[in-house]
Amino acid sequence: MMHRTPFSRDLFAELDRLQREMRQAFDLSPSIRGATRGGFPAMNVGGTPASVEIYAFAPGVDPAAIEVQIEKGVLTIAGERKVELPPQDAKAAVHIDERFAGRFRRVVTLPDDIDANAVEAKYRDGVLHISIQRREAARPRRISIQ
Amino acid sequence: MTEATRKSEAPRAEAALLPPVDVFEDAAGITLYADLPGVPKDRLSLQVESDTLTIEGEVALDMPEGMEASHAEVDLPRYRRVFTLSKELDSEKVAAEFNHGVLKLRIPKAEHAQPRRVEIKVA
Repeated sequence: MMHRTPFSRDLFAELDRLQREMRQAFDLSPSIRGATRGGFPAMNVGGTPASVEIYAFAPGVDPAAIEVQIEKGVLTIAGERKVELPPQDAKAAVHIDERFAGRFRRVVTLPDDIDANAVEAKYRDGVLHISIQRREAARPRRISIQ
Repeated sequence: MTEATRKSEAPRAEAALLPPVDVFEDAAGITLYADLPGVPKDRLSLQVESDTLTIEGEVALDMPEGMEASHAEVDLPRYRRVFTLSKELDSEKVAAEFNHGVLKLRIPKAEHAQPRRVEIKVA
């Protein structure tokens, strides 16, 4: 039997969550696809003139089980994270339980100038890094003066 | 094991993210899992000092030159979390594994603190 201690969540974890919720509540431009903060995996997005770079922080996920899809300019990252719980028969107490477990899906709208056929995805140290090239024609070009 | 108060941290420590953790306890010890995505093995630091356990990691991402961030949820390059270990834990025998950004720590209880079953003899 696994049982929870009455004070399973400690004060700092509570404060952290509260802070996250506050930040979400005061986010003035939430995406139409829902809350952008506090989801799993956390995401960072950046760009260079030649590419769009997406980092999904998905630790402890089997890379083979992550589904990455680009459709109509929308990138979807989906999968499942199984969290190691103590065996059911062990007499174990759960003191803190903050890590995400279960199925996840996150969606990012991509800029118009990306080339959906030039995508590279790597998983390292628990981060899925997706690099998408911009279309050649859309890149800024310097025009030389004759 | 309880979370340490802020004053036990090094003064003026650099701002860091608080990694989410799971902590389980069984008869033989405590198991802790912490999510530290983006931290390579050589940038992870675990420190046990008297009864304080400090987990620290630095994020290192592959970033192309000249990249400008447009949206950042992981907005600091560092994780840190401090716990106070209770006396019955054997901090000398902490075992750590770090895989795909997940740290697993096993802290056994000192032998004298392990539960013992008392046999009842029937006369």
